[in-house]
Amino acid sequence: MGLWRMIEAVGLTKRYGAKTAVYNLSFHVRPGTVTGFLGPNGSGKSTTMRMILGLDRPTSGHVTIGGHPFRQLPNAPRQVGALLDAKAVHGGRSARSHLLSLAQLAGIPAQRVDEVLGVVGLQDVAKRRSKGFSLGMGQRLGIAAALLGDPQVLLFDEPVNGLDPEGILWVRNLMKKLAAEGRTVFVSSHLMSEMALTADHLIVIGRGQLLADMSVTDFISANSADFARVRTPQTEPQQREKLTAALIEAGGRVMSEPDGALRVTGVPLPRISDLAHDADVRLWELSPHQASLEEAYMRMTQGAVDYRSTEDQLAHLQQPQPQHGGYGTPPQQPVVPEVPQQGWYAPPPPGQNPYAAQAQSEPAQKPEDPR
Amino acid sequence: MAAVSAVLQSEWTKIRTVSSTVWTLASALLVTVAMGAALCALLQSTFDDLSEAERATFDPTFVSFSGMMLGQLAMVVFGVLVVGTEYSSGMIRTSLAAVPQRATFLFSKIAVAGALALVVGLATSFLSFFLGQALLGEHRTTLGADNVLRAVVGGGLYMGLIAVFSMGVAAMLRSSMLSLGILVPFFFLVSQILSAVPKAKEVARYFPDQAGSKIMQVVPDALNSEKAPYGPWGGLGIMLIWVAASLLGGYLVLKRRDA
Repeated sequence: MGLWRMIEAVGLTKRYGAKTAVYNLSFHVRPGTVTGFLGPNGSGKSTTMRMILGLDRPTSGHVTIGGHPFRQLPNAPRQVGALLDAKAVHGGRSARSHLLSLAQLAGIPAQRVDEVLGVVGLQDVAKRRSKGFSLGMGQRLGIAAALLGDPQVLLFDEPVNGLDPEGILWVRNLMKKLAAEGRTVFVSSHLMSEMALTADHLIVIGRGQLLADMSVTDFISANSADFARVRTPQTEPQQREKLTAALIEAGGRVMSEPDGALRVTGVPLPRISDLAHDADVRLWELSPHQASLEEAYMRMTQGAVDYRSTEDQLAHLQQPQPQHGGYGTPPQQPVVPEVPQQGWYAPPPPGQNPYAAQAQSEPAQKPEDPR
Repeated sequence: MAAVSAVLQSEWTKIRTVSSTVWTLASALLVTVAMGAALCALLQSTFDDLSEAERATFDPTFVSFSGMMLGQLAMVVFGVLVVGTEYSSGMIRTSLAAVPQRATFLFSKIAVAGALALVVGLATSFLSFFLGQALLGEHRTTLGADNVLRAVVGGGLYMGLIAVFSMGVAAMLRSSMLSLGILVPFFFLVSQILSAVPKAKEVARYFPDQAGSKIMQVVPDALNSEKAPYGPWGGLGIMLIWVAASLLGGYLVLKRRDA
């Protein structure tokens, strides 16, 4: 096991009864970088973290740290630090006592406890019972526990949950600093925007399966799709229809945004301008756009979201509203497909994402889109 | 491998830094001593009303331990909380991530908590004895009399073992609420009631508390109670088997289950 594969998972599978939480997951985490572990809620991130730490036994496959299964690591607390659950503290115990009991396990001097309390900024509440801690303070206490043994491998499960912006910035810088010191930093999150700023490398899972394992830059270039936003005068809807027809004829794909703008892919910007000119359509906007990392991530995981909200119909609570009232805008006949509300992002580049393809070919399995 | 001494030290820190430790152990001691003293005072004043048989088998030592019936419940709560709060707080994951060797973790915890319960149990037992004897007046006995020291030390052992038994049960059930919901009614009601029902008492006398409490009797069938098919040490042995079984069960659950 060279230095390249500090944490290595091979064919990791975990089933709880009939439910498969993690399926055939293989990846490795390198030292010296922050590796982001991304996935929607319930995608198996925490289960994977627990398996790495030897808390849950994999149904099949294995995971090692520095070449050893966690349970066989000599003096584990000095090699691996972990923040799993910020609230996993006996509420009646003070922050300092909690850390002291953990320090004693690994033969860490009590002085170090005060040191890490200072590092996470909890020195003033060290003697207070952790019961009264906010989620953010709990996260800081959990991070302190992870840092206690000065370990080379650090695992953080959703460390920025509940932190204020200052705290988020602090965690972000802390992760980068730890990685710059040559440590292995493995951070889970369900927020792509956060990982884009923190991580160098991404491991994305959905429904317990690996969706992507690549550097952040590769992830962006592979997943973001360029599109053009085109806006025609709002007062003349027929111009919009005319342009749409011309664009489709030219081989473009057109989707409508809620505010009336058009999202165009497959036709370069100058060509859109030419087409508009030929069709005698004036343009109020023609702008190039790139899908954000967040959009790319959502597109990738949209087929793998376990908990999806439906629109609140309030069917039995509200009086039926008279149709004639309203806000002055007559209902528009949709001419072009609208950008699906849920996927408020660019259309998927064809053939890049198995989940998106699946979602398109099996519309019956998806909940009805409210629009 | 985390050294056993390190785990013991850490568990001691854990146990002394929560207030439930002080509360449960203090109430175990106070309730037992106070209730024992009250019953001793009562019996002293009503000794002449006792039946002939009861007077013949009067056991001043055992009488001074009457408060244990109630005081042991606080010991049960102590034992359950020591293990159960690891689960209810989620601390168990932090603990096991730091001590991957689960046997070391569990048995260190139980050793520390059990030793503490034993010390408090012995203090309770000696205090109950001396206060009780002081109140029994002419019916008193002394520590030097036959078998009395065995009974008083046995009272401390009994308290300690009840706590350890509860720890094993809590490790098996992985929940403080569930464990308390089973153990408290069992020791306070089920065991007491069954021991008074004909037939059922044949079984009930093998329950951990019934068997274990024999060690506290100096007169074999104190206060005209039922004859048991085992002696004081035999009874303690039966209790030890129960304790060993609960510890084994707790260990197997911890070893097999995901944390």
